[in-house]
Amino acid sequence: MSGSFQAGQRVRVKRDFPELRGPCHIRTPHYLRGREGVVERPLGAYPNPEDLAFARPAAKVPLYHVRFDQPSLWNEGAAGDTVLVELYEHWLEGTA
Amino acid sequence: MAHAPSAESVALLDRFVAALVAKGVLTEDQIATQIASTDRASPEIGARMVARAWTDAEYRALLLRDGGQAAEAMGVSMAGAPPLGVLEDTDKVHHLVVCTLCSCYPRAVLGYPPHWYKSAAYRARAVREPRAVLAEWGTTLPDGVAVKVVDSTADFRWMVLPQRPAGTEGWDAGRLASLVTRDALVGVALPRA
Repeated sequence: MSGSFQAGQRVRVKRDFPELRGPCHIRTPHYLRGREGVVERPLGAYPNPEDLAFARPAAKVPLYHVRFDQPSLWNEGAAGDTVLVELYEHWLEGTA
Repeated sequence: MAHAPSAESVALLDRFVAALVAKGVLTEDQIATQIASTDRASPEIGARMVARAWTDAEYRALLLRDGGQAAEAMGVSMAGAPPLGVLEDTDKVHHLVVCTLCSCYPRAVLGYPPHWYKSAAYRARAVREPRAVLAEWGTTLPDGVAVKVVDSTADFRWMVLPQRPAGTEGWDAGRLASLVTRDALVGVALPRA
């Protein structure tokens, strides 16, 4: 299963907080919501953990390794440092 | 530190296992096999993989392409284990592994995670001030080396392939493996000759 995003593509993590709407299981760290990064590489497709956690049928969703500039996430740190995170496609949107 | 589990939690676990077995989700044998293989796993496995990668270019390529296959090639059963990814340190980048959401750790090749890896302090600080965390370990990086923090959030488990230390020319894989500590395999420390 190939996803919508390619290596090198700029993406934004959705600024969404499903935990405010009810019980859920999310593998997208809070500190990345709304942040922009670059797809480092696709990692394949895996059953959606947000459904697996509740024993619901879980469709496979593409997973990506996405790289973020580390200092700009926190307004501190050393230039050039990065954070690399596995994120599922339904949490990502393209940037204009 | 680990405390003896309470009678209450032991009873709860017994009922949970009985329910899983009754529903056909797992068998007692599968549970015993999984516990045995987790107990057998230790950082020595990861260390042997790293040392072999330092001395065998073909194995290094396999390790970076598919950590799971590389583990199997060392006799480790990866059946049921999550995919294993390997992060290659270079002259330009040093990797540090954390799981900010819980405690994802490459157990198949490193064994049980240490207490600090699961602590709220490590999980919060590794992504926010990785260089301060490294400094507390006594780990200083040469100038020009960027830190790449790998937040292990999903299906993969991640292990670091550190750089081979200077002064180890001519060492065999067994001697090299003795330099590769558990801490070096997640990037809080560097192997030292």
